[in-house]
Amino acid sequence: MDILQTGQGELIGWHDPDEHRAWVAAHKSRALEDKRTTLREAIARYVPDGAIIACGGFGHIRVSMAAIYEIIRQHKRDLTFCGKTAVHDSDVLIAAGAVCRIEVAYAFGHELRGLSPASRRAVESGRCQVVAEISNAGYQWRFLAAAMGLPFIPTRVMLGTDTLAHSSAKVIEDPFSGKPIALLPACYPDVVLMHVHRCDKYGNCQVDGIAVEDFELARAARRLIITTEEIVDEEMIRSQPWRTLIPYYLVDAVIEAPYGAHPTLMPDRYYFDEDHIGEWLRLSKTDEGAAEYFERYVYSVEDFAEYLELIGGEERLEYLRQVEHLEAPLRAPWLEEKK
Amino acid sequence: MNEDYTPTELLAYVAAGLLEDGKSVFVGTGLPMIAAMLAQRTHAPNLLIIFEAGGIGPQVPVLPISVGDSRTFYRAVAASSMHEVMSAGQAGYVDYGFLGAAQIDPYGNLNTTVIGEWDHPLVRLPGSGGANDIGSFCWRTIIVMRQDKRRFVEHLDFLTTPGYLDGPGARERAGLPAGSGPYRVITQLGLYDFDEDSKRMRLLATHPGVTVDDICANSAFELIIPDQVGTTEPPSPQVRRILREIDPTGMVIGK
Repeated sequence: MDILQTGQGELIGWHDPDEHRAWVAAHKSRALEDKRTTLREAIARYVPDGAIIACGGFGHIRVSMAAIYEIIRQHKRDLTFCGKTAVHDSDVLIAAGAVCRIEVAYAFGHELRGLSPASRRAVESGRCQVVAEISNAGYQWRFLAAAMGLPFIPTRVMLGTDTLAHSSAKVIEDPFSGKPIALLPACYPDVVLMHVHRCDKYGNCQVDGIAVEDFELARAARRLIITTEEIVDEEMIRSQPWRTLIPYYLVDAVIEAPYGAHPTLMPDRYYFDEDHIGEWLRLSKTDEGAAEYFERYVYSVEDFAEYLELIGGEERLEYLRQVEHLEAPLRAPWLEEKK
Repeated sequence: MNEDYTPTELLAYVAAGLLEDGKSVFVGTGLPMIAAMLAQRTHAPNLLIIFEAGGIGPQVPVLPISVGDSRTFYRAVAASSMHEVMSAGQAGYVDYGFLGAAQIDPYGNLNTTVIGEWDHPLVRLPGSGGANDIGSFCWRTIIVMRQDKRRFVEHLDFLTTPGYLDGPGARERAGLPAGSGPYRVITQLGLYDFDEDSKRMRLLATHPGVTVDDICANSAFELIIPDQVGTTEPPSPQVRRILREIDPTGMVIGK
C-alpha cells in the first residue's frame, strides 16, 4: 500500500502489538491484590529517569498533583511528557527540570489565564524540546489504539496541515473509500499518573464527572499509579459495578491522597485554587522565582499532607469546595493583573 | 445608551448571532464560551453546547476557566469523554465550531502553534489543542480573533488548523470531511465570510464606526471587498446585562 505522507515528528511510546502483549503477560498481575502503597515508593519504583509519562485528567482538571510533586521531590530527570492537553501538570514538571521532551497537543498555556511563563521560557531557550505535534483528538486516539492493542488507528484529523507534517502519523489511501486517511500510531506511556474520586484497595476506580480520556489512557499505560480522594470498601465497587471506569488489573499502585489534585480542579469536590495558581504564574516568571516556589511547596515539605497545611489547610479547602458548588465567588489574582 | 458597549461585548454579540437554535456547537475557551452562553440565553435556548473534554448539553451557570471545568457539564445531558465528543464531530453531529487564532491566512487556515520557525520559535504558542479537530470536523467553523497586519497574513508561520488550505476542493483532496470548513471570521473591525468560488476571505460587514479603509489597512493580504457592505448591530443594554451575568468577574468581557 502506498504511503502518501509521513509525518516527521518523533514516534514516542509505540510498541509492536505482540511485544506489548508479551510485556502485559509478564508484568501485569491479574490477581486481586492489595496495591496500597506510599507515593514515595510508587514514584521511586515506577518512574525511572528517561520514562515517557502522561497525566490523567485535563492539564489542570483532576490532575494528580500529589504524584507530580513527588516526582519533583525525587529529582527525576529526562522524562518525556505526553502533552495531551498539558497545562499546570507539564508547566511545573518542565520548570522543575524533570521533563525535557514533550509531544504537544496543547502545552505552554493556562487557558484563560494566558501563556505559561516557565515552560515557554524552557521551550524557547531549547531546555525543553518539542519532539512532535498532534491534536487533542489525535492524542486521545493514539491512546485508544494502544488500549485496543492495535498498532495504529485511522482518523480524519490533521490532514493537509503542518500539525500532521510535524506529527508521527502517516497518510495512506483508505482501501474502502479511496480517500486519504491519517493513521495515528498507538502510544503506550511507560507510566501514567491519575487522580480519581474513589477506588478500593485493589485499584477498581470510579470517577465523577467527565472522564476526559482516562478510559483510553488507563488502558494504554504500562504502569498506572492511582491517587484517590478516598479508598472505599470493595463492597461499594461491587454494589455498582457499572460505575467502574478502571478495573484493578490495569492498576499498579493505589495511594490515598485527599485533595491530591490541589491546586487543580476536582469535579464536585473543589475548584481551581486561583490564588495558588496565580502565585505560581507570578513566581515562575523567573527561574529564581520558580526555584523559590519549589523550595517552599515541594522540597521543604515532607509529604502532601504538610503541603495542604501550607496552602491554607481546612479553611482554604472549604472555600474551594464552596466555589466548586457555586456557593462562594471566585477570586483570581491573575484577573487583576490582566486588567 | 448603546454607545457604552465595549469591543469585546460587540464581538460576543455578533458571534452569538451566528448560532442557530436547535443546532450544535463545539466551544473553546474564552469568547466562544461567552457567545454560546449568550445565544442560549437569548434567541437559541435549544442550542446544544459541546465541550471537547466531554461536557454535552450543559446549562453553563457562569463562565468556565477551562473547557474541562465542572461548569462545562453543569446540568448537562451527559458528562462524557473526549472520545465521545470528538467521534460525534467526526461522524457529522457538530454544526458549528468556534476557534481563536494567532494568525489567519486568506483561506481561513489558522496558526496557534508557533511564531517564527518551528524548531527555533520566537514565540511558542500552545499548539493545536482541539482546534485542528474542530476545524477538521465541524460543518461550519467560526473564527474569533484580533485583526492587524501581523495576524492577517498571506503565509502562516505554521498551519495548525485547516481552513480551505490552498483553495477550492483542497480540503476534500486532503481527505478532510466534504462540505465542511470556515464559515465566518469575526474581528474587532468587522465580519467576514468566504467567497464561494475562490474560498478567499470576503468582507461581509464592518462594525459601527469602522471604514473599509480601516479594514484593508489592518490586513497583510488582499481581502475581497464587495460593492455592498453591511454594518453590524451593536449589543442592546439587555444583551450587555446578560453578558455581565455570564461573566461576573469580567474574565473575558472586562470590568
